[in-house]
Amino acid sequence: MNLQYIGLKEINGPLIFLDNVKGIGFEEVVEIRLDNGTVRHGRVVEINGDLVAILVFEGTRDLSLTNTVIKFKGKPMEMGLSKNVLGRVFNGIGDPIDNLGPVYVDEYKDINGEPLNPVSRLYPKNYINTGISSIDGLTTLIRGQKLPIFSGSGMPHNDLAVQIVKQAKLSGEKNEKFAIVFAAMGVTNDVANYFRRSFEEAGVLDNVVMFLNLSNDPIIERLLTPRCALTTAEYLAYKHDMHILVVMTDITAYCEALREFSSSKGEIPGRKGYPGYLYSDLASLFERAGIIKTAKGSVTQIPILTMPNDDITHPIPDLTGYITEGQIVLDRDLHQQGIYPPIGVLPSLSRLMKDGIGAGYTRDDHQALMNQIFASYARVMDARSLASVIGEDELSPADKSYIQFGKQFEKHFISQGYVNREIKDTLDLGWKLLSIFPREELDRTDEMVLEKHYNHDAAVGAFELDKKSFIKELNKEEI
Amino acid sequence: MNEVYSINGPVIKVKNAKGFKIMEKVFVGKQKLLGEVISISDNFTVIQVYESTTGLQRGEKVYSSGESISAVLGPGLLGNIFDGIQRPLHTIFENSGAYIKPGTNVPCLDMEKQWDVTFNVSVGEHIRFGQIFAVIQETSLIEHRLLVPKNVSGEIVMVKPNGTYNMEEVLIQVKDSNNQLHDLTMIQKWPIKEPRPISKRLPLTIPLVSGQRVIDTLFPIAKGGSAAVPGGFGTGKTMMQHQFAKWCDADIIVYIGCGERGNEMTQTLDEFSELIDPKSNKPLIERTVLIANTSNMPVAAREASIYTGVTIAEYYRDMGYHVALMADSTSRWAEALREISGRLEEMPAEEGFPAYLPSRISQFYERAGYVDTLSEKSGSVSIVGAISPQGADFSEPVTQNTKRFVRAFWALDKELAYARHYAAINWNLSYSEYINDLSKWYNKNISTEFLEARQKFITILAEENKLMEIVKLIGKDVLPDDQKLVLEIARVIRVGYLQQNAFHKDDTFVPLEKQLKMMKLILYLERISQQVLKEGKAFSLLLRTNMFEKVIKVKYEVPNDNLDLFEDYYKMIDEAFSAIK
Repeated sequence: MNLQYIGLKEINGPLIFLDNVKGIGFEEVVEIRLDNGTVRHGRVVEINGDLVAILVFEGTRDLSLTNTVIKFKGKPMEMGLSKNVLGRVFNGIGDPIDNLGPVYVDEYKDINGEPLNPVSRLYPKNYINTGISSIDGLTTLIRGQKLPIFSGSGMPHNDLAVQIVKQAKLSGEKNEKFAIVFAAMGVTNDVANYFRRSFEEAGVLDNVVMFLNLSNDPIIERLLTPRCALTTAEYLAYKHDMHILVVMTDITAYCEALREFSSSKGEIPGRKGYPGYLYSDLASLFERAGIIKTAKGSVTQIPILTMPNDDITHPIPDLTGYITEGQIVLDRDLHQQGIYPPIGVLPSLSRLMKDGIGAGYTRDDHQALMNQIFASYARVMDARSLASVIGEDELSPADKSYIQFGKQFEKHFISQGYVNREIKDTLDLGWKLLSIFPREELDRTDEMVLEKHYNHDAAVGAFELDKKSFIKELNKEEI
Repeated sequence: MNEVYSINGPVIKVKNAKGFKIMEKVFVGKQKLLGEVISISDNFTVIQVYESTTGLQRGEKVYSSGESISAVLGPGLLGNIFDGIQRPLHTIFENSGAYIKPGTNVPCLDMEKQWDVTFNVSVGEHIRFGQIFAVIQETSLIEHRLLVPKNVSGEIVMVKPNGTYNMEEVLIQVKDSNNQLHDLTMIQKWPIKEPRPISKRLPLTIPLVSGQRVIDTLFPIAKGGSAAVPGGFGTGKTMMQHQFAKWCDADIIVYIGCGERGNEMTQTLDEFSELIDPKSNKPLIERTVLIANTSNMPVAAREASIYTGVTIAEYYRDMGYHVALMADSTSRWAEALREISGRLEEMPAEEGFPAYLPSRISQFYERAGYVDTLSEKSGSVSIVGAISPQGADFSEPVTQNTKRFVRAFWALDKELAYARHYAAINWNLSYSEYINDLSKWYNKNISTEFLEARQKFITILAEENKLMEIVKLIGKDVLPDDQKLVLEIARVIRVGYLQQNAFHKDDTFVPLEKQLKMMKLILYLERISQQVLKEGKAFSLLLRTNMFEKVIKVKYEVPNDNLDLFEDYYKMIDEAFSAIK
């Protein structure tokens, strides 16, 4: 039985209120028919006695207290899915907008999903080769991981995401089915087109499902966009055993939509006006990445967020970082130096990599290399801040060697352009760069590993270090 | 009849309700969602629901249960993984697949399982609350001691013979002073928000040894003590908690994943099942209880998970075990309080947290302690709580309030983590107030040299901190040689001692004896270097001996089971330095 109600009690921002409503469930979906024939959708967000608050996704423009007929659907928001969604384009609430007609539906799924039982999860271990040295070598992406890109306005996060999608190869078995779910939240038409074009150029468009809620689309729809996308991803991964890479951009726009919704509901705000449940809400998205024991597929997430004012302590990147399994942070300094991809390796981190690298996955020396690079590069930063005070000339020979390493490391390792690098080459390059140092400086590494990979002379040759190199200088001075 | 009147996320209200008690367990709606009464007024009874309320309708019935939310205590807890309201996740997975559906109702413990029971009481004896009446070998590591439940005391009138019984069978019968008979089984219930009673509290004099150098040496925690680990994201809180859970010398570990990542809990489960405890050669999971309330599970159950965990910890303590409880992370628990409080439209205090936040935090940490139990044994609960401060800012309310109630504070540092210096405990911000209470133990069981060496380490690190101010301004080169030596020794301490590699087979756990030997070696190096400098030799000559690097790598080169190798290093240092002379 579907009851219909005529008229409203109150309209406030994106919310409408109904009086004397019976038998409706919390978070149930409603259909709102205007007298001019258009149909909008909404969701029950609060029940208080006979009074019901409904959030209208498409906005409340043109609504009056008398010109609507409301029909309750009797179920939470669902999305119709089948394998045919591949290659299709949807709007933010999951309706097709590519003029190819409705999707044949095999199964309806609640877009809110349900919490995964930790026991049913398979701990992610297979790495995804992205062909980008600073990711493969230092913040390895693992299948089933959620690894966001923390960026800022004007930085090439979109290019990086596209490069990852193009180059991503799964290690392990061949012939595995691979698809991309792309969710645009509050990005401009240009950006959405850029992604579309790039997928087309890469020849993967038939394996992409796109959800577009552009910056001029209704803001409240944005709250559903990632949920539709993730429901689709889960369906393809767990029902059809595909490996799904979900790219979501821009999480910041999503959070702003949530803030707007929260304040119109009159909730008590937390930090910077964001609702107190922002953490739980983001977690309900990000936690949907993973691999389960009962299916062969996987859901890997690459959310992109632009840090307001490049501030990593802003609530959005802060809470995201607490939920996701690491982060790739783009660095504006590197970007300004023309380095691409401008990945700030020190604040970047992949929590799952420790079990997905090493013998059997990448190479046995991977962990040792990574530790040593991080330790050495952290000292580069110290040396640079010292140099900014006393000048580079006044530095000790050891500090000079770090400055030198820093330069070469950024020039050769981080900066790689759009080249696709094999993991083997990435690791070899890393050792070559570390070999710039005198062997004793590599204090994080076992002697046995050094024995195999350390080659100072080759490094001096390869990076055309000064004949009177700083290391010789170092020795001379001490004698 | 009691019916749902309003729904706002996990908070529902019942109008004109009758017969509810505060903190009573209730079942809400057709799906029988689990809830708890949190406030009662003339018009409305407010209930927080521990499961998703999606689809719940106005007018659905609310059933009272007459009892508080309780933990079910009995054999079968160890090795198991539960959600925040103690539902066994393995069983849920077998019954209903990969997702946890609302209204899932399964018994907390496996009721069908048969256990071998050995009684240690006989007919005619008097027993009372908290005493042990039988034992069960729960896992190959842990003997489960069955305790007399609350409100039961009197004369035993029936004891079954030793043998195999299931959970619900009556094992003994007790007649109390009113001639009333009580049937005792293997299981008992305990309200999770009520601390289990003890005989008396004991002073904290024994350290909880974790094999993590920076903790054992610099900032130890006592058995029965409490510690907080605050740190921004990526500073290694979870890694620290894991290392602590793996290697600390408690008998039982209760690990609570509160509002954290699902994959992390899976990893904990996998790792603990595979890892072998070095002391007993049994899988670590046999001494572990896991509680997983991941960040996307209902928020109210996150609050309950902390209490469920600590109640289970107290139960094992009452059997006479040393229990270590890890809570990762208490900030998520505090946020759950904030979210519920916001939905109740309570007046917020600092940063939107409710005004009762400090009292809730103190109630939790006060459940730690080293005690004489009612069973005339002694046991302890130690609590290590992780904190995830917003923006890594330690001045936020959860960190500040926790600091007031814990006596060990391990501050994790972003800079150290960026340099992959793990454990990233900042030695300038961290502290432990236990060190004085524990000094006797260290002097007696390790050596009086241990604390002396520790003090020297602290002095050197403090001096380095001061010198670094200068170095930051004018560089290292201008310092006199003796100060350069301080910096170098401090580096050896930092990289060679404080930094510890959790993935290295010898370095992941380091016994106190080796910690002492390492400290002594480093201090010996310092002493000899000072002598050489006094003889007028240049500092750079010392560096060229390469001894500093050698000592840094001692942690990898000397295995835990062959500490005699340290002697070689003394020789090596002597030879190298006399060559300078």
